[in-house]
Amino acid sequence: MPRLIVNFAGCSFTPLVGIEMNSDLPALSIKGLTKAYDNGFQALKGVDLDVMPGDFFALLGPNGAGKSTIIGIISSLVRKTTGSVAVFGHDIDKDFPRAKKDVGVVPQEFNFNQFEKVFDIVVTQAGYYGLPRKVAEQRAEKYLRRLGLWDKQDQRSRMLSGGMKRRLMIARALVHEPRLLILDEPTAGVDIELRRSLWDFLREINAQGTTIILTTHYLEEAESLCRRIAIIDQGLITQNTTTRELLAQLDKEVFVIDTREALTTCPQLEGYSTELIDSHSFEVVVVKGQSLNDLFAPLTAQGIHVSSLRNKANRLEELFLSLVSGRAEQEAPTQEAPVLKEGGQ
Amino acid sequence: MSTREQWIAFMTLMVKEIRRFTRIWQQTLLPPAITIALYFVIFGTLIGPRIGSMSGFTYMEFVVPGLIMLSVITNSFGNVVSSFFGSKFAGNIEELLVSPTPNYIILSGYVLGGVTRGLTVGFIVTLLSLFFTKLQIQHLGVTIAVVIMTSILFSLAGLINAVFAKNFDDISIIPTFVLTPLTYLGGVFYSVSLLPEFWQKVSLLNPVLYMVNAFRYGFLGVSDIDVRWAFLMLSSVITGLFLFAMHLLKNGKNLRS
Repeated sequence: MPRLIVNFAGCSFTPLVGIEMNSDLPALSIKGLTKAYDNGFQALKGVDLDVMPGDFFALLGPNGAGKSTIIGIISSLVRKTTGSVAVFGHDIDKDFPRAKKDVGVVPQEFNFNQFEKVFDIVVTQAGYYGLPRKVAEQRAEKYLRRLGLWDKQDQRSRMLSGGMKRRLMIARALVHEPRLLILDEPTAGVDIELRRSLWDFLREINAQGTTIILTTHYLEEAESLCRRIAIIDQGLITQNTTTRELLAQLDKEVFVIDTREALTTCPQLEGYSTELIDSHSFEVVVVKGQSLNDLFAPLTAQGIHVSSLRNKANRLEELFLSLVSGRAEQEAPTQEAPVLKEGGQ
Repeated sequence: MSTREQWIAFMTLMVKEIRRFTRIWQQTLLPPAITIALYFVIFGTLIGPRIGSMSGFTYMEFVVPGLIMLSVITNSFGNVVSSFFGSKFAGNIEELLVSPTPNYIILSGYVLGGVTRGLTVGFIVTLLSLFFTKLQIQHLGVTIAVVIMTSILFSLAGLINAVFAKNFDDISIIPTFVLTPLTYLGGVFYSVSLLPEFWQKVSLLNPVLYMVNAFRYGFLGVSDIDVRWAFLMLSSVITGLFLFAMHLLKNGKNLRS
């Protein structure tokens, strides 16, 4: 079978993904999935979700909505109550080991051995997937280099910065070259520069065929990266559509306009609702069907010159808040915090 | 997973386990060596000559097989319970659980890690004993079989303890309140023939008695019990613990929510 060889950033990269997949089968197919925890908390109430091969898919929802429970079930860390899950056609009830081979999971919490060396963590994970040592070492080098961790290969993982630890978990999840990569809050707590570089990396591996599902609290991230978005709320999928269609549901957007001249009163614009913020800025509500172009002529007529214009909030964020009901958080059971001392016996 | 892939996963896990206890050798290999050396000095050299012979041997000759077995038992158990619970507590057990590695490979990898540590410490203790006495081995096959089976048994027990444990107290309760009394009262330091008849019968309920005596039989050719019973007991308990541990892993007890 021919193998696609892609070269970027001077690095030859040979993905296993994208070539062998059967595009008829969803990368992930979830039907009627429910989960009730032992404490009675109903985390999932009948989730149906299909993610097609090659998708870059965002799963959004407030804390406790069921995102991590879905990921836990796909990765076998959480046992489902009812329903079915299939990865590239492999039902987890019938052949979980085969399904697991196609999945790489980057969890929210750091969950590697803090006392192991970076290289060993990645190579060991490859071994658990049955990769021969030589192949495991080659893959570990490839992904550690690609994620900028190769010079840290001999360091104990506890010595890494938060961003490096996050990248290490991505390298570990990719070492068996899964066709479906699931990332739970991949950029939580990382700085903007690193977040952007991780976005670029995820775009690259998605372009090579890896299906990606991510959960995130940074809605800008979902809007920027993902072609499809599902919103889960209180254990149910409430939206599942393309990012473009989802944003089209916005019936209004709020823009902040900065002015060159000092304002004493809020400018009045016919057909628009406005509110003064301070002496050099005001906000204007633009409802669906209205055009931003129509704002400038009346402002110019009033002797007001616009120096800049921006969204008051991320567009998806506004929509998300309107779609998800505000309520007290209900949390699924969580595990205890990890310890940082090796020893005992 | 193919057979070859399973073998690779098994070797990966076992090597990781061996790397763990050798990395922290100051905590895993050195202390038992020092402790047992002190036993040799105090019970063998200082107190032993005052005790006289035991089962026809000097006290030092009598106590060496028991002390080797004591170190194998505690280190096999301690290695698995500490490593498995540590991985569970820190979360990195998830690396294994999300992989396609079958449960029996996970179990075997941890157990063989425990056996390797138990036998390594046992070997160190055996070498140390040569500074204090001459070792004779009457039945090499029995000696090797008993020590390996005992190590497997307590490695399995360690894993089961780790699965049930929810905090670090839970992994010290069994060694302190079960393992130590059973071992000390299991004929390591004395022949049960010294006990009153009633306590001799009570001692027969202690599984460690069978292991220690079978091991001593391998060295010295003497035993308080029939060695065949020891092998029957070891085989039965290993089978029972293996099936129970597999059941726990399959159901994800305290591992999967």
